[in-house]
Amino acid sequence: MAMIGTLTTKERQIGMGLSAILLVLGLAMAGVARQGPMALHGAIAMILGLALVFMLGGSLYDQSEPSASRLTRYYDAPTRFGIVMTLIWAVVGMAVGVWLAALMYWPEATPPWPATSYGRLRPVHTSGVIFGFGGNALIATSFYVLQRTSRARLVDAVSPWFVLIGFNLFCVWAATGYVMGQTQSKEYAEPEWYADLWLVVVWVTYFVLYIRTLARRAEPHIYVANWYYMAFILVVAMLHIVNNLALPVTLGSGESFTIWSGVQDAMIQWWYGHNAVAFFLTAGFLGMLYYFLPVRAQRPIWSYRLSILSFWGIVFFYMWAGSHHLHYTALPYWVQTLGMTFSIMLLVPSWASAGNAIATLNGAWHKVRDDATLRFMFVAAVFYGLSTFEGSFMAIRPVNSLSHYTDWTVGHVHSGTLGWVAMIVFGAIYSLVPKLWCRDDMAWPKAVEWHFWLAITGTLIYVVSLWNAGITQGLMWRAYDEGGALSYSFIESVEAMLPYYAARTLGGGLFLAGALLCALNCRATMRAAGDRVDESDRPLATQPAE
Amino acid sequence: MLKLHYNLEKVSMGLVGAIIAVASVGGIVEIAPLFTIEETVEIPDDMRPHTPLELAGREIYVREGCYVCHSQMVRSLADELDRYGPYSLAAESAYDHPMLWGSKRTGPDLARLGEKYSDDWHVAHLIDPRAVIPVSIMPAYPWLTRPLDTALIEDNLAALARLGVPYDEAMITNAEADALAQSRPDSEGADGVRARYGEDVAVRAFDGDAGRLTEMDALVAYLQSLGTLTDAPQKMFAEEAQ
Repeated sequence: MAMIGTLTTKERQIGMGLSAILLVLGLAMAGVARQGPMALHGAIAMILGLALVFMLGGSLYDQSEPSASRLTRYYDAPTRFGIVMTLIWAVVGMAVGVWLAALMYWPEATPPWPATSYGRLRPVHTSGVIFGFGGNALIATSFYVLQRTSRARLVDAVSPWFVLIGFNLFCVWAATGYVMGQTQSKEYAEPEWYADLWLVVVWVTYFVLYIRTLARRAEPHIYVANWYYMAFILVVAMLHIVNNLALPVTLGSGESFTIWSGVQDAMIQWWYGHNAVAFFLTAGFLGMLYYFLPVRAQRPIWSYRLSILSFWGIVFFYMWAGSHHLHYTALPYWVQTLGMTFSIMLLVPSWASAGNAIATLNGAWHKVRDDATLRFMFVAAVFYGLSTFEGSFMAIRPVNSLSHYTDWTVGHVHSGTLGWVAMIVFGAIYSLVPKLWCRDDMAWPKAVEWHFWLAITGTLIYVVSLWNAGITQGLMWRAYDEGGALSYSFIESVEAMLPYYAARTLGGGLFLAGALLCALNCRATMRAAGDRVDESDRPLATQPAE
Repeated sequence: MLKLHYNLEKVSMGLVGAIIAVASVGGIVEIAPLFTIEETVEIPDDMRPHTPLELAGREIYVREGCYVCHSQMVRSLADELDRYGPYSLAAESAYDHPMLWGSKRTGPDLARLGEKYSDDWHVAHLIDPRAVIPVSIMPAYPWLTRPLDTALIEDNLAALARLGVPYDEAMITNAEADALAQSRPDSEGADGVRARYGEDVAVRAFDGDAGRLTEMDALVAYLQSLGTLTDAPQKMFAEEAQ
């Protein structure tokens, strides 16, 4: 394996040791649990550990050491692996999403066995795209951006692999657990306690790697992209730990009860849920935007001050906004009001970021026209602005009374995830893949253009159909006839949704087709990897002055 | 401000500390008071926890992801009161680890579902929703007729008791027997269930067959208990109406 070739004998030995620990851990898990999802998860960890031990062990004799000059270059092998995982999860997660969308139109197609039921597959879709697709993209790009903006090589070669492989093990545990019916039921935090603990270990390693590399930077200032990546790492850790505090039923059952209950649990869950949007799906991707957009456009960030304002605004305001998920519920009124107020104020830092990104393109609009990769990033910034506006609007109490519980919310989320998050990831991938596989361009440059139009058409169809669905639903639920009785039964509102559900399946399908095209294009590019190495892409060494 | 940041962005650990400090404020202000103020911690006198069978049903509800499409939170809006009943109180989910308020209504809210439909209706509906409501888009759950696994019920109650749910020693040790007895109205244990959880607890063969304890028994028992754990919302509603 080419990846192992980048490791020294010492590093391979450390890797083997860690893999052996994983093997033992998996064995212990399987042994304690004996049956059920936790036993299977132990077995998966065991097999992974065993495979890694063999791969690394075999290479101890077969492969030669990397040259010492590697230390004067950036370490990109983990980023390459992360991008491959990003693409795999994109296809898996989005395909499940499209299948579920189809089931809402055509429920009779549900197979008669438990594992593929709608309720079990739904978290496979959400975790698959948020953590699998989004998370891998964030980790992979953060390693790349961190090194370039710090002008320093990653501080060691083992921990980036630990972070990526460990994170993907978490994702696999999550997805396989759901189909077996294992869930905490907390949205976007469904995995059980042992998977949560494992993620904490992975995340601490990630943070230590990040901060140690940053400490080695050859730049006095930390670049704005890194502020966001750091906020992403730190705050996600905070949210994850607090929301997932749970008491296991027994050590071997793989089941637990959250220590929070009722209204406190609701508040903590949506403090988590909304900030998962803020710090997983926004902060990290803003880091991506702040690096790849100016680099691709070859223009400096428009305003340094605006990026400071928007950064601290997002870090401070977002944390208050979660309670807008609980308008008119049993949550005390003042907490709802705080959530609404801060959600509206959030528009300021959000639009500061979106505006800053768009203004950065001034003087490069011809590139936006000609280069589909840059256009992905531009559209991402536009959708970021649109979704954050919509989000602030929907947090206003009376608006929320109509939109909440309806498909409008689902449409809003997808305008953010498809239009903003996925678009910026695709932009970053099309920038990175040729560079990391030593080519001038993607293998099929025209397919990037096709992908762009599939993605934008799919997103628009999806979002517009669910706007219509949600508003129709909300209005039907609250409609009264002249006699003062409710006009519609609930099932009539369900029936009214069917055309919109069909349209959204089409929109999602187009988006999936684009993602598939992207994966194939990347595969073709990787297979035709060149050997041209960009000698300038290395940490700037001190130069003798004449 | 800008000058402060200008200096801060040169110190990595300073930036780390500042991010943690700034990000902590909102959560602390909004969450900490919820553990002390009366509005969110007061529990009505007649409030009971779920029986072991209902709790097992709740686990199935979670396992199958029912909360993905059904909320359990009636908001204080006129149309919701007319459609579902009295709005939900904080106390009603005080023993719920986790709460199942939900975030989406692909199907209707279930907070006031208990005793609205017959057991037979629920069984038929869960096995094939379209047999009961032809245009329903709910998936079918034919596998719920399999036997209920009660191996963990006692541990479940014990864990919840440690988290503050009022399950006493007798409830925990009898958990498995109570689960069986609640679905067998004519058995000896049935009185024990009523003695421990109150006279109002439904003791019936929920799936129509007292001879077998199935997942269907548990889930239907749970669905029939929704909104019946306390009369507080109905009482409050009646008082407000006067």
